[in-house]
Amino acid sequence: MHSVPSHSAHKPHDSDYSRNRARSIRFLVLLAAILALAFFLSLRAGSYNTPAAELIRGIFGRASDAKINLVIRNNRLPRICTAMVAGAGLGLAGCILQAVLRNPLASASTLGVSQGATFGAAVAIIGLGLSQTGSWAIPLCSFLGSLLVAAVILGLSQFKQISSEGIVLAGVAISSMLTGATTLLQYFADEVALSSLVFWTFGDLGSTDWQSLRGMALAVLVLIGYCYLHRWDYNALLSGEETALSLGIHVRRLTLTNVVLTCFVCSVIVSHVGLINFIGLVAPHIVRMVVGNNYIYLIPGSVLAGAALLLLSDLAARVVIMPVILPIGALTAFLGGPLFLYLLFKGRGRT
Amino acid sequence: MICVDHLCYHYKGGRPILRDVSFELEDGHFLAVLGNNGVGKSTLLKCMNRILTADSGHCRIDGEDLLTLSHREIAKRVAFVAQHVPDTQMTVHDMVMLGRRPYMTWGVTEHDHRVVHEAMRYLNLEDMRGRFLNRLSGGERQKVMLARALAQEPTLLLLDEPTSNLDIRNQYQVLQITRDLCREQNLTAMIVIHDLNLALRFCDRFLLLRAGEVYRYGGAEIFDADALRDVYGVTGSIVQVQGQSLVLIEDEEKEKLS
Repeated sequence: MHSVPSHSAHKPHDSDYSRNRARSIRFLVLLAAILALAFFLSLRAGSYNTPAAELIRGIFGRASDAKINLVIRNNRLPRICTAMVAGAGLGLAGCILQAVLRNPLASASTLGVSQGATFGAAVAIIGLGLSQTGSWAIPLCSFLGSLLVAAVILGLSQFKQISSEGIVLAGVAISSMLTGATTLLQYFADEVALSSLVFWTFGDLGSTDWQSLRGMALAVLVLIGYCYLHRWDYNALLSGEETALSLGIHVRRLTLTNVVLTCFVCSVIVSHVGLINFIGLVAPHIVRMVVGNNYIYLIPGSVLAGAALLLLSDLAARVVIMPVILPIGALTAFLGGPLFLYLLFKGRGRT
Repeated sequence: MICVDHLCYHYKGGRPILRDVSFELEDGHFLAVLGNNGVGKSTLLKCMNRILTADSGHCRIDGEDLLTLSHREIAKRVAFVAQHVPDTQMTVHDMVMLGRRPYMTWGVTEHDHRVVHEAMRYLNLEDMRGRFLNRLSGGERQKVMLARALAQEPTLLLLDEPTSNLDIRNQYQVLQITRDLCREQNLTAMIVIHDLNLALRFCDRFLLLRAGEVYRYGGAEIFDADALRDVYGVTGSIVQVQGQSLVLIEDEEKEKLS
């Protein structure tokens, strides 16, 4: 996991660099393999037991049993794809926010985007009296709520020449304000509305249809493309703002564009699947510990790690107490925390 | 030819930092920007490549006004090495490759690889190109920053106190490399430096700043007891030892110190 520089001096000069690069690429391949494995296991997991070949055929709707086709194409596959797309988006968003805000704690939840979404959902469920089931209004309201947060951050940074630390602090302030507002709404809510809201905050990967999945996938793909084109800019930011400017990067514009773009993508994701914390924080850090600070590998790594983490968490949520499906948002935080601590202290011990 | 013309700058709501700074610097020279803390040495450098936006004035390279160009176009002409050296977990190769950022559109080209390789060869960094930056010493890291600046293929190299955190051997090495670059590759360099003896040893042009204004500008001959008194507020003299100019500062009288 960590290079040992002591014996590199004796080796011919190219081996060191190639070894580093090979290790980074190997890690990306490993992540992809884990993702593929998680995909297959998720496809298999469920009360309806089927042989592997049937499962694969079922993806394309060609299984001999029509029931398998139905279960896979209408139930399991949308859920798996939602988990992968949402995980990829949240992982990448965290990675990019950490880069442009130059803060290892930055993610959609630290900036208040998730809290904005919750507040939006609370307004929809409690304020407007909408029910949880089958309504497009709740995702819309939570989307508007998180966009509002992004707009406030954008406005603040235009109003005053705010630093990247300032943006993070503003995010913390906005988060606590919105959490307070949500609590106030909850205080005046009746039991039914309260329980719908609490269920919404649990996060749910199972209620997305193919159409909303397409929208979400498009947003995430645009973000991936944009970020990969700007990979050298994030690398330059690691050397500080002045150096980045001297390398021809308009730092303020880059920061603002990226914060707005990632907040937007997170809004889209959170409004569809509810609150899923921690993926955005943990996924980039796991990749960073192996490949170092190079966004050429960090960007695809965060996408893959985010997707794999959320898919695996969802798998765990489904199989731990079958047939009960545990709330995914709670599970990612519960499993992600110890994993993060383990990696953190393992890394520290060696350096 | 670098031509700085009536450059003025002040921080928002603050006092003016640069007042009407003008000078001309021929190609291939190594200029030391000297003066006490807060007289605007770093500010001058940062105004020249638009890290800070000057209130008024021009900075021309071969007749082309830098202050009207985009950051990217400036980065193709002017490279900047900061005092703060990043110590992230990034390989030396990738850090030097950042110098090609102003030229990149979609990705790294064959030419970029050649320039990066050449820059690393010049600074003897080839053996450590796969090492992570945070595993290198301060001197090695500063050399990586120089290589990154070279990879920008600049006309002008700006160095903002690059030697402040280095030991004596590394200070000499970094300055020697820069001087050689000026002589061999006809690069023009400007350095903010506090050590007068090092400046006298390696630089061939000197810009003395006092309160944001040019006090004197020229070759080593502009140094004398008056300059030391007016610019630095110390009593001293310049002596010649084995063909080198050295600055000797006298002890201050007790009542002056208190």
